[in-house]
Amino acid sequence: MNDMSVLSYQEAGCQAVAEEMRRDTTVWALGEDLGRGGVFGQYKGLVDEFGPERIADTPISEATIMGAAVGAALVGTRPVVEMRFADFALCAVDEMVNQAAKARFMFGGQARVPMVIRQPSGMWRSSAAQHSQSLEAWYTHIPGLVVAAPYTPADNKGLLKSAIRCDDPVIYIEHKDNWALEGDVPDDPDHLLPLGQARLALPGDDLTLVTWSKMVGVAEQAAALALAQGVGIEVIDLRTLWPWDQDMVFASVAKTKRLLVVHEAVQVGGFGAEIAATVAEHLAHVLTAPIRRLGAPRAPISYAKPLEDLLRITPEKILATALSQMAVTA
Amino acid sequence: MSENHNRDIAHNIDRDRLVDLYRTMRRIRAFEEAAEKASLSGQVGGAVHLSIGQEGVAAGVCANLRRTDQITTTHRGHGHCIAKGTDPGAMMLELFGKQGGTCGGKGGSMHIADFEVGMLGANGVVAAGIPIAVGAAHGAKLLGEDRVVVCFFGDGAINRGPFMEGLNWAAIFKLPVLFVCEQNGFASTTHSDAVTAGAGASARAESLGVKAFEIDGNDVTAVDGLAGELIPKIRGGDGPLFLSARTYRLKGHTSVDPALYRDQAHAAAQWDNDPLLRAAKELRRAGLSEDDLSAIDSAALGEMRRVSEAADAAPAPELAHAFDDIQDIGAPVWEARP
Repeated sequence: MNDMSVLSYQEAGCQAVAEEMRRDTTVWALGEDLGRGGVFGQYKGLVDEFGPERIADTPISEATIMGAAVGAALVGTRPVVEMRFADFALCAVDEMVNQAAKARFMFGGQARVPMVIRQPSGMWRSSAAQHSQSLEAWYTHIPGLVVAAPYTPADNKGLLKSAIRCDDPVIYIEHKDNWALEGDVPDDPDHLLPLGQARLALPGDDLTLVTWSKMVGVAEQAAALALAQGVGIEVIDLRTLWPWDQDMVFASVAKTKRLLVVHEAVQVGGFGAEIAATVAEHLAHVLTAPIRRLGAPRAPISYAKPLEDLLRITPEKILATALSQMAVTA
Repeated sequence: MSENHNRDIAHNIDRDRLVDLYRTMRRIRAFEEAAEKASLSGQVGGAVHLSIGQEGVAAGVCANLRRTDQITTTHRGHGHCIAKGTDPGAMMLELFGKQGGTCGGKGGSMHIADFEVGMLGANGVVAAGIPIAVGAAHGAKLLGEDRVVVCFFGDGAINRGPFMEGLNWAAIFKLPVLFVCEQNGFASTTHSDAVTAGAGASARAESLGVKAFEIDGNDVTAVDGLAGELIPKIRGGDGPLFLSARTYRLKGHTSVDPALYRDQAHAAAQWDNDPLLRAAKELRRAGLSEDDLSAIDSAALGEMRRVSEAADAAPAPELAHAFDDIQDIGAPVWEARP
């Protein structure tokens, strides 16, 4: 079955949950306002099909949304946790980090915690410091967690379905600026995208640009600008941050001999540092220019538009960084 | 208002049942005395939190549970595990960090779990077991299973947010949970009263629509009787209930805490209210012979001496287990590490 439909990123995520709930009666979703479709419409219509027991409206109790999901996962259900904004998941860090991520290990493999933790992330116009953060790097640091951050609508369907079927707790990062993004999405209810596989978004010979989530689109714009100047940027959409697709990144860097990692999150301690360090450990001898990272300054995100824009990664900033790397000759 | 269910001591007791409750308490006591000894000798590492003096609550509540019912407990959870049916041999191996421990030696005293008997895990974070118990009950309801989940915690936990969130959640979703608050008087090394505002645990529960019952937790027969009334109601779909059991932590916060922060005369006097002492007195009054009583005691002591010796002699876990059971996707690879 290779039929496709044009869906938005939001609709693709919604379809993924619906299909998995039809397939497996132990799958359920819980979070605030889900009965009205969720704050971004990513559960639209699901309560009509599945009822309020499986599309559960919860109190504004993030710690217990997360903790109850852990308990329900331990006894054989597969909860999809909606955190509404990634920033709010910080009210439930104990439940994610000390409980969900640790239970299987601490209990000597007696239990699994098959849950998906959806965290709408990233800058979203004029939302200021508590509704705009990109915190994916924190979770890559925690053994036991899988971290996914899809960019395309098709990937949002395929990865979310894989996350729901995965027996590990999966931190699932959806970018809030992506909800309306449209694209071809496979109709096949068994369209699964394996966690841990990157996507070659754009081929190029001169520089490898590794990124994820909304920044893939920004990187593609930068690559078009670079091509006009005769520079071929290869854009890799990582899709899953833990585990990340080292094979694809290493093969690309071996070809281009240059690496730039771009993310919307704060650059200091960001996941770009891990990629840069790993590539340096293995491929420093092939590089013809220093590895560069491009992330946000270490500043909270402002409300006022000009201040907010100052922190955004733009195609122009990416282009300038890439060209500076091209200017270095071995 | 919460109901007070302290029993009229004169009423008739079921001697065989009290023998069983006494045996459970004695086994818990003997296990913890052996664990304390092994902790002080250095054979058991890390923090060991003893529930000595609180055995009546664990024994009385768990005597009313089915094997398929589930519990969550705290860092002070040895008693609940034994009362729910976990093998003390596997528990002691776990404390010693050895192969064959309940968690293969990867959890230790604070993370004992035994899913076979519905023991969903002790927890190193105060109050963290509350949302997990609530979620296990939520899962049971979704799956259409008639399990009851008992959530044990102490008076220190009632000042954490998950207490309020978890009780509210259980009430609105009408979940089959019995919350059991063991009022042992201390939040770590601080007197609970000094850091707890208002009228206390039961009042907080009732303010959230969870009916509360108060009991003398050191009277194992009273706890057994009350739990025997509450658990069938919960199983019948009445929603969550709250049991507040007054007890006393006869030891310090951990095995190495001499608890000098409390009035020593008052603390010493609490040994007169030891639930084992009280149950033994009742058994004598009910005609149990000294020989029968000491046979229970020596059987428990012998059992726990044997499990300690076996744990001491057992092999440590294989090193590769440090990388087992972390995750399916993106797990570390032991062989590849330099």
